Amino acid sequence: MTNTEATPVLELTGIGKEFGAIRALHDVDLQVLPGEVVGLMGDNGAGKSTLVKIIAGNFRPSHGEIRFAGSAVHFSRPVDARGVGIEVVYQDLALADNLTAAANVFLGRELKRRFGPLALLDHKAMAARALELFGELRSETRPDDLVKQMSGGQRQAVAIARTRLSNARLVMMDEPTAAISVRQVEQVLGLIHRLKEQGVAVMLISHRMPDVFAVCDRVIVMRRGEKRADKPIHQTSPEEVTALITGAKEAA
Amino acid sequence: MAMPLETPISFTNVGRIRWWQRGIFASQTGYVLLALAVLLVVMHFASPYFFTEGNIQNVAKNFSFIAIATLGVTFVIITGGIDLSVGSMMCFSAMITSMVMTELSAPGSPAGSLFVHMAADGKTVLANVPGLILLVSLLAGLGVALLAGLVNGFCIAVLGLSPFVTTLGMLSIVRGLGYVVSNGRGSFPGGPDADYFYALTSGDVLGVPVPFIYLMVLALTMAVVLHHSAFGRHVFALGGNEKAAELTGIPVVRVKIEVYVICALAAGLQGIIISGWLGSAPANMATSYELNVIAAAVIGGANLAGGIGGPLGAIVGCVLLEVIRNGLVLAQVSSYWQQTLVGVIIILAVLVDRIRSRMT
Repeated sequence: MTNTEATPVLELTGIGKEFGAIRALHDVDLQVLPGEVVGLMGDNGAGKSTLVKIIAGNFRPSHGEIRFAGSAVHFSRPVDARGVGIEVVYQDLALADNLTAAANVFLGRELKRRFGPLALLDHKAMAARALELFGELRSETRPDDLVKQMSGGQRQAVAIARTRLSNARLVMMDEPTAAISVRQVEQVLGLIHRLKEQGVAVMLISHRMPDVFAVCDRVIVMRRGEKRADKPIHQTSPEEVTALITGAKEAA
Repeated sequence: MAMPLETPISFTNVGRIRWWQRGIFASQTGYVLLALAVLLVVMHFASPYFFTEGNIQNVAKNFSFIAIATLGVTFVIITGGIDLSVGSMMCFSAMITSMVMTELSAPGSPAGSLFVHMAADGKTVLANVPGLILLVSLLAGLGVALLAGLVNGFCIAVLGLSPFVTTLGMLSIVRGLGYVVSNGRGSFPGGPDADYFYALTSGDVLGVPVPFIYLMVLALTMAVVLHHSAFGRHVFALGGNEKAAELTGIPVVRVKIEVYVICALAAGLQGIIISGWLGSAPANMATSYELNVIAAAVIGGANLAGGIGGPLGAIVGCVLLEVIRNGLVLAQVSSYWQQTLVGVIIILAVLVDRIRSRMT
């Protein structure tokens, strides 16, 4: 699946971040190729979230360079990152419970129809497009159902469908399988496969070893703000990754 | 980029939610509407006077007197906020409107000479342009409401103060300003345009009170805005999950400021209409009306936690309160019971909704 000749969709060189006297990240290099699923692992405080927030535009890096699809980018707000094609599926999914699935998918980028000076929502077009996206994700989710009434897997589908809407090229998923049932975890991993099939790069931030080994092509391990390992998944093992996370093994 | 589907998705595991478990049928607004219908039937049998034309007109007029402000506060409640300053705002807008009107109608004053002149008999004051004074004074009244709404919105959205505290402060500030500008005496609409003012605020068209017509127009506009515009969608999203709204790029600060401005403007308009009916804007006008307005919104199904509410609910809440008040009068029950009953209904309405959401 991985193609070494392709331009990396995301390329970080020498990324560092300091918060006052605290060094949260130090000299991180990494690449993500199109259609690649990369697992990002590490203990709490290892720098995963800081790294994700830098890529998503929440923080600016203190050092280093971010290249997206070959050109250098500078994000000052999350909207900038979304503008180039980076989408984040947040751990709490950032869904409004009181709205329908379609409304959530299109939140902040509603489709409108002009009636003279008025621009009114185009409910039909949004529902149709949302249904199409759920279809691509193989999720049994109805566009006009309220998110409040949905299962964890369906909610994930809504959050992921949102990223598909903008044709994101890199989707970062923050602990998507942390708080859902076993059957729903299957569904979410299925959703990640769907994204991969469509050439979207995925970064999966997770604590759950089995999930990472089930879907990822490559695993990156962070510890104490540094990248300690970056290996194709078939060249490593859960035991090695655990050792890297805990520090029993320094680097690989 | 759309991937062709090998098999269309089926909904084998996901049932359709039945029509009677969705939308209005599953909302507090629906239950309260039903309760209102029952109450109307009961009233019909309890009192022969209830469904007379005069009484219905009376009811329609009375609930219109708080319903426009209720529409405004419903916007704020849907975003998860609250506006306690509506009562004071009603008074202040009405007062400014009638003071400006009186001021501009004084032939001697510097401002007045631009708008009015003396008739040949030396007693009658005539407007240079009929209706202009009215227009300017209405704009002044709504202008102060706009300013107060902007201050509320700025403190809440930009400075991050709590809506409760900010608008509690504004309640006091605006009421105080009302006493200051009128020296505690209140004011009266006057001058050559006063007749237009009364016609526009307490007249009727073909037997329908004008406040009721304004209410219907505003409620329909609100329904379209809430359900068919991006702004309305953002208002609901803000109440449902503010963080999500922010992360999806909704201009949260702007939407918040806008809802407080809408609310203040609705309250201002409401106050001006009430002053037309009263014939004056006393300094203690609409005191504690914010409680009636918020109670009506909550009875009608607006959720103080945010995310739920609408114009139908706001109106149903107001009608229910008014029908109960009217009914108690017709049934010759002491009017002191009214407040007690309103309190019971607020709690009952919310309780029924809680029980329903537990059951599903």
